[in-house]
Amino acid sequence: MIGYMDKIKEISERILKEGKVDIIVGFRKGSLPMMNEPCVVKKAEDVKNLVWDSNCGINLVNYLTNRKEKIGIIAKGCDTRNIVTHIVENKIKKEQLFIIGVPCTGMIDKNKVASKVDSEIIEVTENENTIKVKTKTNEIELNKTDLLQENCSICVHRNPVVYDELVAELIEEPKDIDRYASVKAVESMSAEEKWNYFEDLISTCIRCYACRNACPLCYCPTCFVDESRPQWVGKGQDKSDIRTFHFLRAFHCAGRCTDCGSCERACPMGIKVRDFTKKLEKDCVELFGWEAGMTLKERPPLDEFKLNDPEDFIY
Amino acid sequence: MKVVKIDKENWAEGIEKIKESYKVFGPSKSKEFHLFKELEKGEAPDLNFLNTRLSPKSMFFPQSEGILCYCLDPNKKDECNIVKEIQKDYSPKAIIGIRPCDAKAFTLVRPNFDNEEYQDPYWIKAYDSITFIGLACSNTDDSKKGMPCSSCFCTSAGCGPFNEEGLDALIVNTDDGYIIKALTNKGEEFLNKAELSANSNADELTANINTLKKQAEEKINSFVETDKLKDKILLDLHSANFWDDECFACINCGTCTYVCPTCWCFDIQDENYGDSGVRFKQWDSCMYPLFTLHGSGHNPRSTKVQRFRQRFMHKLKYYVDKYDNGIQCVGCGRCIRLCPVNIDIRKICNIMNSYEPAA
Amino acid sequence: MKNPLLPYPVRIDDIKVETEDKSLKTFKFVFLNPEDEEKFSYRAGQFGELSIAGKGEIPIGIASSPTEKGFVKFTVFKAGLVTSHLHAMNVGDVMGIRGPLGNWYPWDILEGKNIVIIGGGFAFTTLRSSIVYMLHPDNRSKFKDINVIYGARTPGMLLYSDELKAWEARDDINMHITVDSANNDPNWKYNVGFVPTITEKKAPPADKDTYAIVCGPPIMIKFTQPVLDKLGYAHDHIIMSLENRMKCGIGMCGRCNIGKEFVCKDGPVFTLDQLNKMPREY
Repeated sequence: MIGYMDKIKEISERILKEGKVDIIVGFRKGSLPMMNEPCVVKKAEDVKNLVWDSNCGINLVNYLTNRKEKIGIIAKGCDTRNIVTHIVENKIKKEQLFIIGVPCTGMIDKNKVASKVDSEIIEVTENENTIKVKTKTNEIELNKTDLLQENCSICVHRNPVVYDELVAELIEEPKDIDRYASVKAVESMSAEEKWNYFEDLISTCIRCYACRNACPLCYCPTCFVDESRPQWVGKGQDKSDIRTFHFLRAFHCAGRCTDCGSCERACPMGIKVRDFTKKLEKDCVELFGWEAGMTLKERPPLDEFKLNDPEDFIY
Repeated sequence: MKVVKIDKENWAEGIEKIKESYKVFGPSKSKEFHLFKELEKGEAPDLNFLNTRLSPKSMFFPQSEGILCYCLDPNKKDECNIVKEIQKDYSPKAIIGIRPCDAKAFTLVRPNFDNEEYQDPYWIKAYDSITFIGLACSNTDDSKKGMPCSSCFCTSAGCGPFNEEGLDALIVNTDDGYIIKALTNKGEEFLNKAELSANSNADELTANINTLKKQAEEKINSFVETDKLKDKILLDLHSANFWDDECFACINCGTCTYVCPTCWCFDIQDENYGDSGVRFKQWDSCMYPLFTLHGSGHNPRSTKVQRFRQRFMHKLKYYVDKYDNGIQCVGCGRCIRLCPVNIDIRKICNIMNSYEPAA
Repeated sequence: MKNPLLPYPVRIDDIKVETEDKSLKTFKFVFLNPEDEEKFSYRAGQFGELSIAGKGEIPIGIASSPTEKGFVKFTVFKAGLVTSHLHAMNVGDVMGIRGPLGNWYPWDILEGKNIVIIGGGFAFTTLRSSIVYMLHPDNRSKFKDINVIYGARTPGMLLYSDELKAWEARDDINMHITVDSANNDPNWKYNVGFVPTITEKKAPPADKDTYAIVCGPPIMIKFTQPVLDKLGYAHDHIIMSLENRMKCGIGMCGRCNIGKEFVCKDGPVFTLDQLNKMPREY
């Protein structure tokens, strides 16, 4: 994907110069290995700061909310699906955007890379299919496909769904992937095992809300956990309050979540937040034949009523 | 003060001895990272770590801490609606393996909770009940996960890998044993209670520590510039034009504030359980809009840029001006490593330090 | 160690509805333990945290004067969770008060000076405290001329109406009461007009011995300040009392700061001169 960089800069510079957009939302190089920083570019001469590689996992759609300018956004498959969701939910109009579509080959999980080496990583350089990891004493080359974020390794919508211009030819979508293996593993547990599994999952949660704030769907002006009249959830470290936060947030994303993985990537405590949302994604596929953000013509299933909606799962 | 060197084989025995006099806390790995926890019988602190994911500030400033209680039962006329103190456990505790940066951080926090006008008894009593046994960042063997790490900038943040402020004793992990240097009476008492049989040629060991200290300090190659912060005009920095660009990526989560050893902001909340309830002190964050929202709906820090600016201005300017005791940061680097969007305090600090308003 | 987060238990001794819309009530509290009254020794301009078990706390300016003994008074606007609950409470109910908190009007500087009090709406509480304090026979001789400009939307929205009338009748204080509109009160015999307008007409000229204490809603302050500038008041002679969201009230919880100052501990009283050097985060 690093091969996209020149094209991204070229398009960005052109649409800024032509006045098609006021700003470009993209990434600039970060200060740590495997970290890029979301940024805004306002002048054509600053497009040189833009970068694109396999460390652009944060979902940029999060940065569109309530902006007034005409925006050029660099968007991979999942990002474009979130753009679709924003359009369907009237958060933004398509006309306000110029979507620079990125056929994505997956984002790197920096924790996976760190687990492959013994000492601290000083530098990571990326080639098309491999990455070179430099530590204080050593240098090794690893296969990118072994290091992808879990959501990327099972992604079947790598290509942008909507775009104004592509930075490269569309790529072939992976086939024969079991997207829900992790969900099935939990489904096959006994009630007690499930309980323990989820208790352990959120045992280190510090309620910093990085998962919520990194999520493009979580744009509520006041989140239910922050409401004070009435106060739905206690603010402390009581387990029932932590559970309530995670459960309700997941349900609020049902039929809207594109499994972009921003929540999990943002969590400072390494909690697999997607274990909650992935189950609801699977249910939406199975019950409603629905995948979020694939079409501008329909609203998410929990957002509208159809006479033939399935009912047999309602107790 | 006592300086001893002990064999690593005697270590576990000493730890068990200590548990007779203190509740002992130490770094322990669960999942992918280390956190401080109370050590069980037979469990020694795991000293093979870079730094704990969270600072041990929660030992005396828990994320949520019941401080007062009350009865809401109208039948109990003498008690109903009267708020009382909760009796708490302030028995001696020892924390083994705290990094020097965290220990120093808490000395920066103290004046907030303990000053001439007011003293927070919860913070002070809990803090004072702890004996802080530090672990110097001396593991400079690059083939391992050697400390210091590349995002540590303690030496330019008024701290260092062997910094002694806030510690009662300092452990230096060497290839052939632990050198332990008592720094306070509390630390010396700790050593006595551990009954560690030890070689104790103090001069030689001190020289040894100083050599390792110098080596460790040389390993730190990330820096911030802070020398000009004090002389900057507060309002110039506040109205500077760089905040908009630097805050763009920030998602206003509270990660940086929750993982920071020097962040102390809190909320006070009542939680009721039937006929009784508890008033809590609860971590809060300047990153959250609700932190400053008035009852009227007015919010003096309603925008992201205002909240982002508050965090850095507090640490790097307001604190500097208020206490004349350096910046409110020890260079532990947690906020840099754990920020989901790579906001880097080193960069912001350097921008602030070099900022000159347009003439 | 004294616990500054532990409230003193108090009993509600009296409740008075102050305004025609019933949104403001004055609560008179008596300490359950008489020795707590001594500990709650305060000066005009300070505030307290009213504490209701199970609901929370709310910072409110002290409306009674240090010269009034045996009770403390707070006038509370019904706005949020705690104040709504307080408005529903009855005489005899028990709750708590923490304090006194914050600084006070600079009485050491104000002694021997002319005082101009400018207040609007329901921000008149600590100003009432100040007036009662200055008018006390022990204190009146310590101050020169006292002028009071106080306005509300309508006559029925003025706080402490009985006392206002009593002060009007005195010759040792110049009252300039005003309302935005007196249409619903044919008997209104005082001023009509916004506080800044009346200030321009009635406030004494600036003088090194004349201090203005200004307390009111942001809009009133915004338009009163240029008037005082025009009258020539120096910014270190304009004293203001601020509000920000508070929790602890003792400068620890971190939310009410403006720059390096905490409104709860370093304020709420600041001179305009001080505020000019601080960020406008209030």
